[in-house]
Amino acid sequence: MARKYLLDFEKPLVELEKQIEQIRELARDSEVDVSQQLLQLETLAARRREEIFQALTPAQKIQVARHPHRPSTLDFIQMFCEEWIELHGDRNGNDDQALIGGIGLIGERSVMLIGQQKGRDTKENVARNFGMATPGGYRKALRLMNHADRFNLPILTFIDTPGAYAGLLAEEQGQGEAIAVNLREMFRLRVPVIATVIGEGGSGGALGIGVADRLLMFEHSVYTVASPEACASILWRDAGKAPEAAAALKITGPDLLSLGVVDEVLPEPAGGNNWAPLKAGEVLREALERHLGQLLRLSEDQLREARYKKFRSMGRVLDSNSSEIGIGS
Amino acid sequence: MSLFDWFADRRKGQFVGKVSQETDESDGLWCKCPECTQVVYRKDLIANSSVCSNCGHHNRINSEERIKLIADKNTFEKLDQQLSPTDPLGFKDRRSYSDRLRESQAKTGLKDGVVTGICTVEGFPLALAAMDFGFMGGSMGSVVGEKITRLVERATSKRLPLLIVCASGGARMQEGMLSLMQMAKISGALERHREAQLLYMPLLTHPTTGGVTASFAMLGDLILAEPKALIGFAGRRVIEQTLREKLPENFQTAEYLQEHGFVDTIVPRTQLRPTLASLMRLHGSKKIELKKK
Ligand SMILES: [Zn+2]
Repeated sequence: MARKYLLDFEKPLVELEKQIEQIRELARDSEVDVSQQLLQLETLAARRREEIFQALTPAQKIQVARHPHRPSTLDFIQMFCEEWIELHGDRNGNDDQALIGGIGLIGERSVMLIGQQKGRDTKENVARNFGMATPGGYRKALRLMNHADRFNLPILTFIDTPGAYAGLLAEEQGQGEAIAVNLREMFRLRVPVIATVIGEGGSGGALGIGVADRLLMFEHSVYTVASPEACASILWRDAGKAPEAAAALKITGPDLLSLGVVDEVLPEPAGGNNWAPLKAGEVLREALERHLGQLLRLSEDQLREARYKKFRSMGRVLDSNSSEIGIGS
Repeated sequence: MSLFDWFADRRKGQFVGKVSQETDESDGLWCKCPECTQVVYRKDLIANSSVCSNCGHHNRINSEERIKLIADKNTFEKLDQQLSPTDPLGFKDRRSYSDRLRESQAKTGLKDGVVTGICTVEGFPLALAAMDFGFMGGSMGSVVGEKITRLVERATSKRLPLLIVCASGGARMQEGMLSLMQMAKISGALERHREAQLLYMPLLTHPTTGGVTASFAMLGDLILAEPKALIGFAGRRVIEQTLREKLPENFQTAEYLQEHGFVDTIVPRTQLRPTLASLMRLHGSKKIELKKK
């Protein structure tokens, strides 16, 4: 298999994969039995891949999270939904292509699916604005969430954005206001909300669809308060220190699990979700159905109260009255 | 992103908010307006709410001065002063976060970047938070988020109107995702305050950017701003880089936001108290007698 997008740390795998490919070709053209040799090499390649991916640094995880072949929101929707109808527009003059949504059927249940959408290639990425939504995108998302609330549809959001779009028109149309209103209004929803960081979660632009009852994250996904590049430029005064910043910011699933930000980290196949998208789809679908099952047992009031408490408890402060480090209050 | 600009520009000595410079020859009795270069008597400047009487330039003021300006004399009761920041990530860049905290604490006399409490304004009770830009650029970490959330919750349970004076570069990177989550936490508390049909007014002062703009700064029933304050989500330079076109002269000023429908009213600092009192009266607030300290 020729690889179009090779990440630098995958280079040790290339030689092995080339050999495997050559032997396969040889086998096709001749009668020689190479199955034993192939098996050996493939086992070795699999083991190498696993070793490499188990030891990824935060900066390398960002590369995996941004991989152009990593399954996107629409890929997951296609894998999950027997029926799916995309819904357009914020009813205010815009239909953002970077933040999409619609109704779908997962198993027997109708759900609202909303997520940022990146492109696979430059042309598609330009149309999708690289997954950076404008205020119209966030307002469309809110419209769809309110619709889901009215018709009692659970909401599944998929986070995959470098951040909300930074542009003249976005400022003019109130990028800050659009995100802010989503943050507030998502606390009002009476239906379960599950958010999953499928790729990169970039700051406020990610949070704008991320106030949820459960926050899931794939093993190689990242969620950041600021991009490591920007953070490095500001705090280190050197954009070249982005890998250090990536490590210091604690952006990986396990880190965020221990900080109480994330509820579950979903395993990825060795090589990342782009290596086995269907497997990624199965893993995510199982997790979503499991969490949804739990959440659907709660009453509307319980659900909203639990959502409030979840976010209420985030943060670390030292309270000298109780003289201990508390998580929240 | 906007914090990026703030730091970048700080190095060039801009953006941070031009502040009157003490002139050398007069031992701080006199200072020079950075806008119109008029030299004024420091006492007069302070008496005029740190607004230049010649050109109307609003000098940056700290949280203490802000509260003094808003609250009736001796009525402000501080809340949650016992909360102080920790270093949850063990964050270190060129310097450790703990060092930066200590330095800011020593410089400002505050534990973190916001002061919260209850006061009256012309007799009307008000829950008040004042962010302090002098404390790590007014950045929002766990303590800022927690103190504001507690204030909002108290305002909801005591049925008080709420004013948050914003002055912030956004989320505090040194606390990573915990900072980002404060945006959601405060917004959730504001949802309950709103649900209780209580009045919330943010006052946007120079500068209000990033994560603060994308949360409580923009969630007011009424949004107030100081003249010429810089208010925005993304940093100007970031936008210029993506756009490669010239931005409007007044881009991301209070006036620009009002023009585009995101600010209700621009209130000169000297008019702040009467305006707040008037707005509270118009929304049915009743005067009370707070126990004087
Ligand atoms: Zn002046």
